Amino acid sequence: MRKNQVAVVGAAETTELGVITNASQLQLHADAALNAIADAGLKLSDIDGFATAVETPQQVCHYLGIKPTWVDGTSVGGCSFMLHVRHAAAAIEAGLCKTVLITHAESGKSMIGKLPRSTPADSLNGQFEAPYGVYGPPSMFPIPVLRFMKTYGITHEQLASVAVVQREWAAKNPRAMMKEPITVNDVLNSRMIAYPFRLLQCCLVTDGGGALILTSADRARDFPRKPVYIMGTGESVETPMVSQMETFNSSRAFKTAGPLAFKEAGIAHGDVDHLMIYDAFAHLPLFGLGDLGFMPYEETGQFIADGNTRPGGKLPLNTNGGGLSYMHSGMYGMYALQESVRQMRGIAPAQVPNAKISVCHGVGGMFAASGTIVFTNER
Amino acid sequence: MAEPQRARPKPTPETQHFWDGTKAGELRLQRCDACAHVYFPPRPFCPSCASRKVSIFKASGKGFLYSYVINHRPAAPGFTPPYAIAVVELDEGPRMMSNIIDCPQTPEALELDMKLEVAFQELDDKITLPVFRPAKG
Repeated sequence: MRKNQVAVVGAAETTELGVITNASQLQLHADAALNAIADAGLKLSDIDGFATAVETPQQVCHYLGIKPTWVDGTSVGGCSFMLHVRHAAAAIEAGLCKTVLITHAESGKSMIGKLPRSTPADSLNGQFEAPYGVYGPPSMFPIPVLRFMKTYGITHEQLASVAVVQREWAAKNPRAMMKEPITVNDVLNSRMIAYPFRLLQCCLVTDGGGALILTSADRARDFPRKPVYIMGTGESVETPMVSQMETFNSSRAFKTAGPLAFKEAGIAHGDVDHLMIYDAFAHLPLFGLGDLGFMPYEETGQFIADGNTRPGGKLPLNTNGGGLSYMHSGMYGMYALQESVRQMRGIAPAQVPNAKISVCHGVGGMFAASGTIVFTNER
Repeated sequence: MAEPQRARPKPTPETQHFWDGTKAGELRLQRCDACAHVYFPPRPFCPSCASRKVSIFKASGKGFLYSYVINHRPAAPGFTPPYAIAVVELDEGPRMMSNIIDCPQTPEALELDMKLEVAFQELDDKITLPVFRPAKG
């Protein structure tokens, strides 16, 4: 795909984030969509392309009153929205549609109108993982951590520092759920969830949503907001069974999606001003830094512990506070994208001065899928 | 009301031989007749070269502890926390999720790379689960 041919011209989260007891999951989709449409200065009837995950496109389109000529229901977990951006950019370039709306919403905490997630007993996960006591992401996602730590000499303190640094970013963000400063000791003394991970190394569980609007870069100049261009994109999937990953020393999906996006954008790691790495759990930024090629895996833990990713550091990472401290409705990728767009517009609560290139890297399932988007505010 | 039970696998046509094997006290894997690739979970073709000519064989049941978590909360139905959810690498190559029995469920006792051997846990008259214990000797 050619770079900088498509731009984000509308971006918004739900009016509220956190615990939302007065709206269903479907209504949260609508709330985010209406906010994004207002942000872009558009009408619902201007939308001719639509993408969402978990909820079906027909469900959300009918509820909103949208009549699309292009839809994408790719649903591969929390990074689905990165894939939607990639697919939408290709569709716009191919002339299949002009203006795409992507929505995410999840009543992850309040569970109002939330679709049930289940593992059938005759699925492969149901036969070969569920009988051993996996029960939700905290019991599955950290399974690779001990092997990763042993291979690369990563310490418990370094993994705790991920949560500490992200709380520093969250403290600057009025919409973040958790803003109180924490220390490495606080993390290592918080309640054990699934050894080696404790409560403060696991994501929040909240309600919310977000929406993006994309159109061609040529049209983007006529919109009220500063356009944020899609500079590079990548995607891949590996396996829905964490036990069947090729290795626990890296993620094959990350290693495919990330470099694809860098190559398409034509950038080197030193060009990256701002970075988002989907942090459902504290080890994901370490995998991301290694798999995207920022540094050898051995250095990832110390890099974060040394403060390189904190406010004022040389590689600002997860500047909204991340899934650990900002919010995590279950499929966090949309919020990572929203923060990249805010940073590129120059309006983030913890704005990185003069940031021109933002990399936004997502995960779906337990390293099951991945999507990477490189944004820029210069064409 | 009955005690909550641990999740019961339900075999499919492609996996029936595996569950028949565990019931008979065998850990069965598949090997490609064309490229010799050994793989898991079961399927009637080779995921490496796509050949449909594959054979079922009895694995050694030996392997080592590749990684694990010790789950504290929330606990799955039928489990008393803390309990380890492990991934075992078999000597034949494939990895599988399992539980480690006859071993304290602690970081001190559960050492990565420790040698393991298969054991069989009968859940009911239809399903026997393969689990692993520290290898003797």
